[in-house]
Amino acid sequence: MAALFKAGKALGLCVSGCRSLSSLAELPEMHQMMRQTCRDYADRELGPIAGKLDKEHLFPAQQVRELGAMGVMAVEVPEALGGAGMDYLAYSLAVEEISRGCGSTGCVVSVNNSLYIGPILKFGTQKQKEQWITPFTTGEKVGCFALSEPGNGSDAGAASTLARQEGEEWVLNGTKAWITNSWDASATVIFATTDKSLKHKGISAFLVPMPHPGLSLGKKEDKLGIRATSTANLILEDCKIPLGNMLGSRGSGFKIAMQTLDSGRIGIASQALGIAQAALDCAADYAHKRTAFGAPIGKLQAVQFKLADMAVAVESARLLTWKAAMLKDAKKPFTKEAAMAKLAASEAATFCGHQSIQVLGGMGYVTDMPAERHYRDARITEIYEGTSEIQRLVIAGQLLKEYAS
Amino acid sequence: MSRVLVGVKRVIDYAVKIRVKPDHSGVVTDGVKHSMNPFCEIAVEEAVKLKEKKFIKEVVAVSCGPTQVTETIRTALAMGCDRGIHVEVSGKDYEAMGPLQISKIFAALAKKEEASLVILGKQAIDDDCNQTGQMTAALLDWPQGTFASEVTIDGEKVKVVREIDGGLETIKISMPAVLTADLRLNTPRYATLPNIMKAKKKKIANMKPADLGVDEPPTRLAGVKVETVDDLVAKLKANGTI
Repeated sequence: MAALFKAGKALGLCVSGCRSLSSLAELPEMHQMMRQTCRDYADRELGPIAGKLDKEHLFPAQQVRELGAMGVMAVEVPEALGGAGMDYLAYSLAVEEISRGCGSTGCVVSVNNSLYIGPILKFGTQKQKEQWITPFTTGEKVGCFALSEPGNGSDAGAASTLARQEGEEWVLNGTKAWITNSWDASATVIFATTDKSLKHKGISAFLVPMPHPGLSLGKKEDKLGIRATSTANLILEDCKIPLGNMLGSRGSGFKIAMQTLDSGRIGIASQALGIAQAALDCAADYAHKRTAFGAPIGKLQAVQFKLADMAVAVESARLLTWKAAMLKDAKKPFTKEAAMAKLAASEAATFCGHQSIQVLGGMGYVTDMPAERHYRDARITEIYEGTSEIQRLVIAGQLLKEYAS
Repeated sequence: MSRVLVGVKRVIDYAVKIRVKPDHSGVVTDGVKHSMNPFCEIAVEEAVKLKEKKFIKEVVAVSCGPTQVTETIRTALAMGCDRGIHVEVSGKDYEAMGPLQISKIFAALAKKEEASLVILGKQAIDDDCNQTGQMTAALLDWPQGTFASEVTIDGEKVKVVREIDGGLETIKISMPAVLTADLRLNTPRYATLPNIMKAKKKKIANMKPADLGVDEPPTRLAGVKVETVDDLVAKLKANGTI
């Protein structure tokens, strides 16, 4: 234990075991510093422009480059590959603080880190890591993750995008839907069926550069929230890629997708936390300033109860998220906790977004205040990377396994 | 070789709403967010830039105060300083400490570390004294370039463009010298995550003012309120000040 602790300390990692409970109460110094840096960046650089990014559907290219320079676009990637070399807890903190400034930017950071770099880091060869991760650590390029199709979202095993081998190439055909970052990405991790008879065990993962002959993008979706990110279909028509572009082994695509989403859930939970916290900050600040019935509305119990409920929702979801991140860092099973974190955080975000508008009253309904943007940004967190319903299935499945005799 | 000392002060964060303590003895500091004085951030940035341009070899971040100031030193390390020095002063001594004590500490350290430059923020946002830089230079008998909005090293001299009441003044001073940073000198960088990791391994030396030969701050004598200017002149004449 002592040796592990020493090694962990030397690497600056948050070591599990006897330290994990106290770490939940107070983060290690390095994590606190990192959190503060991201918070400062979010307050100064993202907060002032978030409204504009949302209104004009603008991808925050310059901010993504600046975040890349800070190491935020590749938090978990080892320094040798160009990343920050930090742990998942640090990543969760970074995404939360960035999302607090701008929900869309937090989404871009999360997708690049968890959904694009994540699977390549875990399942890629050294050559694939150098080719497909290193250029995506600087913020100059971002990646995306293409699993969902028009015909299947939650039903990921029914992938109808096909991949057939032709000589030294894979040829991909099909359509992927709801792909975040699509119009701004330079590469994608994409899932296609290589052996239809094997059902979900016949799905494989591939790396495709963007743009690429045979790959085209559908129209940008006009979304309710996270409008600074681009969401569109990926259309593959005889899209040819070298054999070396398969990620992991043949038929392991479903496993790769599920494991990637497990980690991705912590990222989305963090994004939801950031949005929830921003909504709470907005409401609490307003409660101090707005007067009614001769006093600031923060003196009214009706408002106090709302703020208290919001704070409890955020803090409990935050602790679940940190726990899931710390279990992952300790290489322990974290599927159940990650699903719980995502479920709790996304429901906290929609709750806080809703109540924040309520506290602001009429002001909450207009674009002069950010409350309405938080409400709109929050909504997607209950849907993507596994709907709340799927999270419940995952949690129940894990739970019942624990009680099985 | 060429070494720069940078002073960093831990102050209440600029965005915090300051509240006076109920007993009016000061402002509430417990549980209140603190951060590096913005002008000190600019000073650190300038020092790190000089190192990146290879004009200097080492940047040492110095802070005086209780244990908590090590957070501020670590932030300076994460921005690119090489090592830190924490001069420990706590409790009543810290509350009584003012620019003169700090200047004595910095002067002693500048000599001990054989620094070519001491770069400070022009003033701290809590007390707005704007004295430490000037006093440090006087104690060392070094030239000073205060309110710097542009710093250029030219051999053994430093060209400083100063922001003064009448506009901009350019002076050329020889090293070793003391500089104080003004707002437009530069835009401080955000600490990168890899640098935050590296900061953990950088050393922070710990010492007390006594180790540098600096004594306790004297007890501040109470003042007297007078009603008119005539009373003021009379009192000053009476105690021999004028």
